[in-house]
Order: sequence, then structure tokens, then C-alpha cells
Amino acid sequence: MTILPLSGRARRLGDDVNTDYIISSRHKKESIDPEVLRQYLLEDVDPAFAESVRPGDILVAGDNFGCGSAMEVAVTVVLGAGIRAVVARSFSRTYLRNAMNNGLLPVVADTALVREGDRLTLALDAQGRLLLDNHRGDLLECAPIAPFMLEMLDMGGLVPYLREHGEFRVRA
Amino acid sequence: MGAQTLTEKLLSRAAGRPVRAGELAICTPDLAMGTDGSIPMALDYLESMRPGAAPRYPGRLVFACDHYGAASGAKAQALQARARDYAVRHGIRLYDEGEGIGHQLILESGAARPGLLIVGADSHSTSYGAVGAFATGIGSSDLAGVLLCGQVWLKVPETLMVVLSGSLRGDASAKDVALLLARRLGADGAAYRALEFVGTGVTSLDMDDRIVLSNLSVELGAKAGMFPCDEVTEAWLRERGSARLEPAWADAGAEYAGVIDLDLATVVPQLALPHRVDQVVDAATAPFTKVDLVYLGTCTGGRIKDYREALEVLEQGGIAPGVQVVVTPASASVRAELERSGMLAALEALGAEIRPPGCGVCCGTCGGVPADGAVVVSTANRNFKGRMGNATASIYLASPRTCAAAAVRGSIGMEEPA
Repeated sequence: MTILPLSGRARRLGDDVNTDYIISSRHKKESIDPEVLRQYLLEDVDPAFAESVRPGDILVAGDNFGCGSAMEVAVTVVLGAGIRAVVARSFSRTYLRNAMNNGLLPVVADTALVREGDRLTLALDAQGRLLLDNHRGDLLECAPIAPFMLEMLDMGGLVPYLREHGEFRVRA
Repeated sequence: MGAQTLTEKLLSRAAGRPVRAGELAICTPDLAMGTDGSIPMALDYLESMRPGAAPRYPGRLVFACDHYGAASGAKAQALQARARDYAVRHGIRLYDEGEGIGHQLILESGAARPGLLIVGADSHSTSYGAVGAFATGIGSSDLAGVLLCGQVWLKVPETLMVVLSGSLRGDASAKDVALLLARRLGADGAAYRALEFVGTGVTSLDMDDRIVLSNLSVELGAKAGMFPCDEVTEAWLRERGSARLEPAWADAGAEYAGVIDLDLATVVPQLALPHRVDQVVDAATAPFTKVDLVYLGTCTGGRIKDYREALEVLEQGGIAPGVQVVVTPASASVRAELERSGMLAALEALGAEIRPPGCGVCCGTCGGVPADGAVVVSTANRNFKGRMGNATASIYLASPRTCAAAAVRGSIGMEEPA
């Protein structure tokens, strides 16, 4: 099974969505179970957000998504809500890392042309370029994702990857 | 292979092949650390990778129980016990609760050396860049990977060259330099990039200063903040009995993503306002604000030099009525040195509370959370809303001298309006 192509409904967010907005630390203290925490996803941004999420939705943000703490629960809670991809103009490096390692596809692209509720498709073209289609006439080229990363994402992240291989099998 | 930045050079060594900025590299860290805050989740990941797995290279690991203490509650102590038990079972170097902050203890031990790749499941692992190592923060899943196979994936970052000239004057300190860089670059101004501090100004900075700048590099979004290994580094490491050094330097002609010039002589005391590290103003021009709590400690500001500078200011006027001053030394040896030199007694005589070495109240995990609405001035590295465990507190970040001056005046910023 491969993570791409991937389609879903766009859920718009702004710039600088920090990890405490994604999941408040007051809930992290109670539980780190994504099944429990998903009901609080992005609660401080929009209290109705968690309830409105449908499996397969794609988060679409501006700059610096996932800034703040490096807690991986800020990634696992997104996956727990059934979201498989986040598209943002930029990510904090710890969030990008944690997303890759946990099988959440982080895509860097100019998100200005994506609206709330757009149907989005992320796919590789024949040349291996990663493209974002908003099905309203815009085909946006995304930052490339290294083949090793795609392999790890296809397997579901670092845990399944290392469970299978026991070590990293690539030199590049 | 063309000219390389220090980052490219050190990651090439750790990857066992030449790598350039932008490439993905599978690297073998020389040293990996975790804390009681990150190890339990790493052990969960490891258990999913291979149940009962022993660490591949136990000698390259350090576990630090620094985030939780007696006041953290039973649940936190159970998490801490898991980290401790795994370390003891597998012969991993363990710094236990009360010994201090992992970053400080690793630096004190001389285990962080020039040329090494050091990763830590704690964002302030960038601190080790001060000795000329490539040092960066990783997640718990990454740490699990290092435990399992001794490797980690890293994207080789581009480098911003920070050219320092001159030397610090008056009341300015390394913390002010770091806050000024945050002010100029913004909290994501160095995102995905490494900082290399170079220039004639570097020699004027001692190791404590360099640790502050490397430590705070992550607050600019940097993956690492590195200093070249020079006579200052070598002398400091010799005192710590550090084994053979294998320093490396950037090649002339290496490609940089940008250059930032900073004359240290122009730096004046800075203050980061709540709730952003990059919302920085000259301390003298900040709005007048009464202060409730002054915190002197953390991996940024809990070393001897910090306390010496703070004490000089505190002794000039004493602590203002109504201000609580909390001292949490970065390590037991910092505490011992404070005691030996009489500084601990002096701080206590002034009315400061001395707490056990560790991360303390910096991240709100060790009890002693600020009161509702409290105004805190701290030597720490982060002032996000809720950082110290109470979202209604306002946290200002400053140098030890500026923090001490706030304790003496009972306020920060401009003089009280008449």
C-alpha cells in the first residue's frame, strides 16, 4: 500500500499553529492515547473542529505549522482523528520529523489557493514530482519528498519500517 | 567534493560518505541522550519495533532524569522509573533525579566533544554545539530508532553564518546576544538551518557564553548552533579530562544560505515579552511592569557565571518586598561550587529560595508552578503561554543581570510612571 495518491477534504488553518493549539498540554497530562485525545484536536483554535473532522480530511495551514514543543502526541492525535496528510507553507522541523516518523504525510506547498472544504488530491506525476490538485483548476507543485521518506511513509512510519528492516537500508 | 560547511563536514563523517546541504543522510550518532520526559514514549516505540530490544550501543547513550521530581506526582514518577529501570538493566549511563539537567551534566563530563554527532530527545540538545559538535534535538521515535539500530535519519541543513565581531560591554551578556538574534531573525528565522558562529568576536566568548548561544539557537528554529573548536574550547575540555579531540572546521569557500553580522559591542540588555521568544525589546524601554517571581536557573541560565552576575546585582540593593527569587542550579556540581564559594549562602541571606538541581519550574513539570496572573522574569529559554504550568502567568526572558535587577527593583522596564 502506498500513501500516494491521497485525496481528501481541505480543512483550513492559519499560520503558527503551535503544538499546544493542536493538542493542549492540559489534556496531554491526562492521557497520551490518540483515541482519547482526538476529541480535543485543535480545540483552542475552534472548539467545534474535532467534531467536524471526517476520516480522510487533510489539514491545510500557513507558515510554521507545529511550532512549539516536540511532543509526538501532537502528531499522533492528528492521525488518531483519521487525518493522513498536512499541507503547509512550512513546518517546524520537529513537527516535520515526527510526522514522517509516525506516518503522517507532511507536504510543503504554497497553500494560498486552497480553500476550506476543497477536494484535494496529492499525487506523483510521471516525472516523480509531487503535485497538489484543488480540483478548481490549480495544480500546485509541492516540495519533493525523498524516496526513502516515501518508503517509510508507505510503510506507516519509522516503527513499521524498523520493525521490518531492523536498520536503515538506504545510503541516500 | 567541494568546500564544506562545518555541518556538512560533521554529518559526512557521521554518515560515512560525503553529504551536502539538502541531502538525506543516515547517520550514526556518537552520543544520544534522552530525558524522563522523552524516554518513556521512546521505550513504547521501541517495544513496537522489537519487543524486549536491548540498545545496540549502550555506551553511546545517556539517560537523564531531569524533568520530573518529587513534586511532579505519582504518574510522572512512574514514567521516570521506567527510564531509570531501562538504563540500569542495560548499563546505560544514568543521571538520576537531583543530579541536574542532562545537557549540563553531559557538557561537564567532557563527553560532548568537537567533531561528534550528538542527538538528544530534547529540543535544547543544540547546547552541545558550543564545543564544536553537530548537536540537534530529535523525537522519541527517533530515539527508539537509535536504541534499536544506532542510527538516525537527518536532512543535511543549509547553514547561516553568524559573524561575531567585537566583545560584550557593560551589562550585556550572551543571553542578550541570543535574544537580539531572535529579535532580528524571528522564531523561525533559522528554520531547517544550522547556525555557525564565527568571527573575531568568538574568541571573546567563554564556554558558558557559547553554551547559551548554542542552547538558544533552537529558539530561532535552528537545527544546530555550532562554534568552532579553538583554544578556549580546548582548555575547557582539558579541564574535564576529555579524551582525544577530532575537531573540524568549515572549509574556505563553503556555501552558506546567508550571513548575519553582529558587533558584540553594540549589544544592550534585551527582554523577551510574553508569550514569544522573538518578541524582544531593549530591556530599558520595555513597558513598566511589576514582578512577582524571578527565576534563576535552567540549561540556559543556571551556571556559575550566571549566578555570579546575578549576585553582583542582587547585593547592590537586595530583593524587593513581595518578589520571590527561586534559584535552581543546573547541576549538583554547580550547586557545590556555589556552596564552596559562599555564593549559595549569600543568595540565601538575600532571601532567595534554593531548589534541587534539575529542569525545575522551567517547563512546569517539577511543581512550584507560578500563581495565577503572576509576572515572571526568568533566565530560561521559553516564555510560551503555559510554559511554566500556568497559562495565566506572563513570562519575560532576560539575562541573569536583568533578572536580578528586576528582583531588586520589583519591576522591569521603564521607571514607574509618576
